[in-house]
Amino acid sequence: MLELNHVYTRYGKVECLKGISFTVKEGEIVAILGANGAGKTTILKTISGLIRPTAGEVLFKGKSISSLSPEAIVRFGVAHVPEGRQIFQRLEVRENLDLGAFIRRDKSEIQKDREMIFEIFPILKKRLKQKAGTLSGGEQQMLAIGRGLMSRPSVLLLDEPSLGLAPILISSIYRMIRAIHEQGKTILLIEQNAHMALKVANRAYVLQIGQIVLEGSAKEVAANPAIQSAYLGG
Amino acid sequence: MSLFLQQILNGLSIGLVYALIALGYTMVYGVIQLINFAHGEIFMVGGYLALTVILLFSLFFAQVPVWGALVAMIVFSVLGCALLGAVVERVAYRPLRGSPKLTALITSIGVSFFLQNAVMLIYGSKEQSVPPILPYHVFEMGAISFSLMQVIIFFTSIILMTLLTRFVKFSKTGKAMRAVSENREAASLMGVPVQKVIQATFVIGAALAAVGGALFALNYESINFHDGYLAGLKAFTAAVFGGIGSIPGAVIGGICLGVFESLGAGYISSEWKDVFAFILLVTVLIFKPSGILGEHLPEKV
Repeated sequence: MLELNHVYTRYGKVECLKGISFTVKEGEIVAILGANGAGKTTILKTISGLIRPTAGEVLFKGKSISSLSPEAIVRFGVAHVPEGRQIFQRLEVRENLDLGAFIRRDKSEIQKDREMIFEIFPILKKRLKQKAGTLSGGEQQMLAIGRGLMSRPSVLLLDEPSLGLAPILISSIYRMIRAIHEQGKTILLIEQNAHMALKVANRAYVLQIGQIVLEGSAKEVAANPAIQSAYLGG
Repeated sequence: MSLFLQQILNGLSIGLVYALIALGYTMVYGVIQLINFAHGEIFMVGGYLALTVILLFSLFFAQVPVWGALVAMIVFSVLGCALLGAVVERVAYRPLRGSPKLTALITSIGVSFFLQNAVMLIYGSKEQSVPPILPYHVFEMGAISFSLMQVIIFFTSIILMTLLTRFVKFSKTGKAMRAVSENREAASLMGVPVQKVIQATFVIGAALAAVGGALFALNYESINFHDGYLAGLKAFTAAVFGGIGSIPGAVIGGICLGVFESLGAGYISSEWKDVFAFILLVTVLIFKPSGILGEHLPEKV
């Protein structure tokens, strides 16, 4: 469904991704793990069109999307839930969700998706009229994911959904991610929290300073001694 | 007491015109953090377009149909200025989107000079008188009186401001504007066409300024190519006073500025009314730079 072929990007003179290739198949959860500065966020930004690759290409459903604008890429069915949530704080929760469905016109289907999102995140329904900036960190993360789902994407890109959340919230966010996956969504997940990510993912890639150094099923990656010591504390 | 009420009423009508212009400043600032100094010139062009319509009408009709001419001049200047706003955004500001804010600011001053001089070349540098098309009618209410023109200004601006508020609050484009103003990158991830939304903001601002310009020209019965400078500066003051970026702030700021100016003119001297406007600006900048309704969001993490 989603495929990166030898993607290179740079910020100014600094090369950030050095020939990244990986695939995400329909219905999978794929995790990309790595430390700060490994280039995890850059990968998602490159897929969603916020950054242009300097070489290589991003294929989505077999077509190259690497030269398209972010607006066009959302229409193709890629939703990017950015790092640090980036919800619209001054807007109401309801308006944030409406903006998630900005590209759609099918009102009754939008309503259905909204109901589906309230099933996964019941708290959002209670907060509908509140300014999004008044939500707690966990609620903001739920809103950010819900807003991403409102475009009814074929693939959902999640950037560190556990960032800055208390452990108990992290496990409930991950329960919700699993629920979204069970409804048939393909998910590409970026995490520092390897432990949580490997619990839900089917497959994983490990990124180190712009290169993929390890790939395999989530079980294989979790069992790898280098990963054990570097990311899983054990 | 009657002087006081009278001056408040006069201040209200000029203040509403300031507010119409201030809305353009505040909305553009809201989406791209640019003080568009060419905005006053759009207002002035609106006045000239209205004048043109009135002159055409008096060419073709022996007896100018009042309401027809009024509607035609507003529609014509709105369309003209909306187009001008779109072109200015596309040609002057969009190519500078990634550059430092100061570059766009200086460009807006350039656009302002360009428009002033273009109008001067077309219409001449002399003050042009605007033929009065409205019957001179004064309403009396106890000790205070107001003109038909003031009534028209009052209703037109209230209707436009209500429409604008509803548009920004409820329409899809309005929500997109607020999203872009808060976080452009996140808005583009929602599929919001950011450049088009920015352009729409310029168009709406220009259209409101055009109505202000048409009403202003009609009210003062004369117009000059540098009228946009002072009116623009005052509307900018109003926008800052109300809290730049805030739509209700621009309306409140415009009304306060108009009333303040008019009270100063009534009680002290009308020669000094512009001074009062800028005293207000300086005072706000010293004591509450974010304005009455200006918001300070904590920095994003």
